[in-house]
Amino acid sequence: MGDAAPLLEVRELTRHFRVGKAQVRAVDGVSFAVAPGDTLALVGESGCGKTTTARLILQLDEPTAGEIRLDGRDLRQLDRAGLRQFRNDVQAVFQDPWSSLNPRMRVREIVAETLICNQRLGRKELDRQVDAALTAVGLRPDHARNYPHEFSGGQRQRVAIASALISRPRLLVLDEPVSALDVSIRSQIMNLFKDLQAEFGMSYVIVAHDLGTTRYMADQIAVMYLGRIVEIGPSEEIFEAPKHPYTKALLAAALPSHPDTPHDREELAGEIPSPLEPPPGCHFHPRCPAFIGPVCETDYPDLDPVEGAGARRVACHLYRGAAVG
Amino acid sequence: MSDSNRPVLEVENLHTVIATQRGTFDVVDQVSFRLEAGETLGIVGESGSGKSMTGLSLLGLVPKPAASVVGGRVLLDGEDLRSKSEAELRQVRGRKISMILQDPQTSLNPAFTIGNQLLEALQVHERDSRQSLRQRAIQALRQVRVAAPERRVHDYPHQMSGGMKQRVVGAIAISCAPRVIIADEPTTSLDVTIQAQYLKLLEDLQRETGLALIFITHDFGIVARICQHLLVMYAGRIVEAGPVREIFNRPSHPYTRALLASVPTVERKVDRLPSIEGQPPPLHDLPKGCRFAPRCGFAETRCHEAYPGHSAGRSGHPRHIVNCWRAEEI
Repeated sequence: MGDAAPLLEVRELTRHFRVGKAQVRAVDGVSFAVAPGDTLALVGESGCGKTTTARLILQLDEPTAGEIRLDGRDLRQLDRAGLRQFRNDVQAVFQDPWSSLNPRMRVREIVAETLICNQRLGRKELDRQVDAALTAVGLRPDHARNYPHEFSGGQRQRVAIASALISRPRLLVLDEPVSALDVSIRSQIMNLFKDLQAEFGMSYVIVAHDLGTTRYMADQIAVMYLGRIVEIGPSEEIFEAPKHPYTKALLAAALPSHPDTPHDREELAGEIPSPLEPPPGCHFHPRCPAFIGPVCETDYPDLDPVEGAGARRVACHLYRGAAVG
Repeated sequence: MSDSNRPVLEVENLHTVIATQRGTFDVVDQVSFRLEAGETLGIVGESGSGKSMTGLSLLGLVPKPAASVVGGRVLLDGEDLRSKSEAELRQVRGRKISMILQDPQTSLNPAFTIGNQLLEALQVHERDSRQSLRQRAIQALRQVRVAAPERRVHDYPHQMSGGMKQRVVGAIAISCAPRVIIADEPTTSLDVTIQAQYLKLLEDLQRETGLALIFITHDFGIVARICQHLLVMYAGRIVEAGPVREIFNRPSHPYTRALLASVPTVERKVDRLPSIEGQPPPLHDLPKGCRFAPRCGFAETRCHEAYPGHSAGRSGHPRHIVNCWRAEEI
């Protein structure tokens, strides 16, 4: 993750939900850091906690325990002015541009809203900034007069991106930002995110279930299973040589890009267990093809570096013998 | 797959229109294809391409009264479904041709046990004792690899996971041993590892029963994984059709080429994906010529003026066809 001080740092982040008498450990001791200008992807299947993690970073939900630091400052310690700054610094783009844009507002109001709430600007300056944001996402300034229903899906997502950009954020949280769009539109929007990152130096935390999208966008990835990170590190290293048995299974289940691509006939057995009753020990052990013994059933393995696997950390007993300091 | 075999399903010039306040428009236009036993045909397209309406048109299930099938033939085992009455069609649906929809959440009734829902499907077609139909229901669940089906028949949909529910929908679809199943994005709501299991299951069922499958999807990965033949649709028409391997190796329509190139792959990192500028045309404002022409880098005057006819695809395979004026040159 580089030597530069991280922009975002998440330590032992935990969010438990009460469901009747039971408890769901949606996010259970998750730690990672994102460097300035870097993209971290949270990868995993339903119930793995990736969306809850994203919501916690956005302060749309409060952690049960653990801390989130932006620029080294603990979010819990922010005063009103600090929180206001935080809302400028961290913005989000969500999956569905049909429900994330208020149909009664014109594009100008949608895009300007963050500035109106968080900064005191004159009308002229506001208009200038809305123009600039719309231009940056490939829309025309005169689109500001229109309502969301007048746009196609791809254009709506551009409006959503413009409204996230306008406060000059340093971190964007992208929750499935292209999966609701048509296939021929997706690469336009992914490329737009890449261009904006190159231009403004923002960091991204992206949640995407499509592994092709993840590989295209991410510098780092964190693979999650039932609330915990099982493998984290540089994206290319993990895609090239996954270490954790779950990561291996997940990548093997990805669809091929060509009919001649050999695919793993040995698909992962069973289903994801209920997060209400995660299996003891390593949560993955009941489905694990590399299960090594009772230790998998009793002890949760720490997320540790693995010899010969670069900057990566893996939570698996398989590598315990080979673990380095 | 020799051509002397009579195909299970043969579709000729299927034509479906939809009436709106702005007028009547073609949603499925001149769609023709054939499907043999045991084959899987993928229909790929974006929203509004007409891929789902094609599936519904085959079954005579287009949303009425707005939409109606106005032309073409749908020959299932040589019988034209278009000339059948609604009562006759009911005898065909489920028994000879059935459908799996995208979202198992909405295709199952939450108020009945899954055993009841399987029985309901069976009772439409089979005159048999309730007891023996119950056994067939359990058998269908076993075929889709639902564990302990004797107990599971008493479950309600909410007691099952998404993947399990989609298996139940599959069990209903195969319960009367149809010749053809139309699956409309059946794995879109499933997780990656569960999707892999489901695709494998469909393949196994096909091997066991000789079922022909039509797989409607927007995902080329699914096509590469399980289809042998492919139709690429754009704005209601087929732009390219043929064997999957031939189309992946030598995509011949500019739309197919651009679309295949714009999909990120999990197999390698690319620096920059090419993208297709613009967006698909709205139904009420279709271009006069080739419908892709406004977004096409190769378009010239004739592309904007008239719709191109079939020509051979670049692979040279006899079943590979492309609808592009400039197919020979590019």
